[in-house]
Amino acid sequence: MNLRRRYLRDRVMVALVYLGTALVLLPLGFILLHVFTQGIGALNWAFFTQPPAPPGEGGGGMLPAIVGTFVIDLMALAMGGVLGLGGGVLMAEYPDHPLNRPLRLVANVLGGVPAILMGLFAFVLVVEPMGGFSAFSGAVALAILMIPIIMRATEEVLRILPWELREAGLALGLPRWRVTLSLILPAARGGIVTGLLLALARAAGEAAPLLFTAFGNPFLSFDPLGPMDSLPLKIYVYAISPYEDWIRQAWGAALLLALMLMVTNYLARRALRRS
Amino acid sequence: MEPLRMETENLTVHYGKSVGVRNVSLPVYDRKITALIGPSGCGKTTFLRALNRMHDLNPIVRIEGRVRLDGEDLYAPGVDPVAIRRRVGMVFQRPTPFPTMSIFENVVAGLRLVGVRDRERLMGVAERSLKAAALWDEVKDRLHEPAVGLSGGQQQRISIARALAVEPEVLLMDEPTSALDPISTQAIEDLLAGLKEQVTIVIVTHNMQQAARVSDYTAFFLNGDMIEFGPTERLFTNPSDPRTEAYITGRFG
Repeated sequence: MNLRRRYLRDRVMVALVYLGTALVLLPLGFILLHVFTQGIGALNWAFFTQPPAPPGEGGGGMLPAIVGTFVIDLMALAMGGVLGLGGGVLMAEYPDHPLNRPLRLVANVLGGVPAILMGLFAFVLVVEPMGGFSAFSGAVALAILMIPIIMRATEEVLRILPWELREAGLALGLPRWRVTLSLILPAARGGIVTGLLLALARAAGEAAPLLFTAFGNPFLSFDPLGPMDSLPLKIYVYAISPYEDWIRQAWGAALLLALMLMVTNYLARRALRRS
Repeated sequence: MEPLRMETENLTVHYGKSVGVRNVSLPVYDRKITALIGPSGCGKTTFLRALNRMHDLNPIVRIEGRVRLDGEDLYAPGVDPVAIRRRVGMVFQRPTPFPTMSIFENVVAGLRLVGVRDRERLMGVAERSLKAAALWDEVKDRLHEPAVGLSGGQQQRISIARALAVEPEVLLMDEPTSALDPISTQAIEDLLAGLKEQVTIVIVTHNMQQAARVSDYTAFFLNGDMIEFGPTERLFTNPSDPRTEAYITGRFG
């Protein structure tokens, strides 16, 4: 009789777990579905190949923003990736290093700063000294946004590797940096790539840090030192505009951004499994 | 008298405010197997790790006394711990194959990662080391498969082969069979006898029978002190300290 009650309780608990999972997945599915139904109509050949058209004229596309998104996000990932990885490695592998405490403080503070402040920061740090808006300054703002995410993810995955792995390397007469570079980082690469992707996904969706850094540009540009457009910027500008075709294109851009992130995620995971 | 390879002189290892090993002077004879025995927490592993400066990473550990390798003090100022660890290798309690590497890459990791690229030389080293670790016949057809796919006993022999590949003068073994089944244990005990032709071995074990079977000299540790040291046969048949006798006859531990 006691056993029957335990089985019953087990079933109730399992049902609750399923219910919780469904409740979490529901909004996600709803958002994706809504973006898809609203945005799919805007995706046509011109959307991918044309620069934007003036309001009311109709047509036009997102080519400068699509190119700009790739350029800015890749620059940001390169900068934020190197610094974030470096910081994460220092925090996990050299816990007694004197730089460790300030670094941890910086990571925590940066992690809590609103994204728009990153833009202001990059404005003061890069835009003003360089004398103008640029894709590079936008990438700096996004990189600062990425650093705490990458640092924490890196630190966490390195921490869960067994200590014996490091000792085994050291016992072979390998220097500490070599153990970190050739034994520890490869062993943790799955988690590190996840951290990089999380940071990229987070930054790729931000418009605020780009408002007064990359600024936006209606013309196709590959110049990292000049203003450049980006999908989140376009979504922001188009979505609050009064023009119906712009609003439609904003949905299209949102759908495209979501698809790009999903594809990146998928490709990175597949590459990891292969190697 | 046998030629010395290593020796400690009044070696004391502090862990913060407590003491792990107290005032131990122990000779390690060339191409012999020295076993360190004693109950859990007696300091034998702490002592072993002082022999290749493995304590360096732990900031709370402080070492006093001398540890000499071929007459040279390992803890003298200016001595590079990395260079010491190339000469004094170590095998740990749990097998530690490098998870992203194949069997071959694991065995030659100590050479490849310091820049040895000559494929033929690496292959030669891998074969020689795997043969010395009595593993060659089992893995020679799958050298490029991941090492983590091997059994626990095989993984431990990979760890031994990997340590041998850099040709250390001394090999420290920290309970190398305690995580293994009896058959794998047997395989590793069997290979120790052959290994001592090329390398001096210091092995920590809490298995007294193992110490009696494989070693030439035995040191008995208790609560951080070395109670007795001598040729294994003499120590087990005619211990001079009553505590040694009590331990080897199974009255405690």
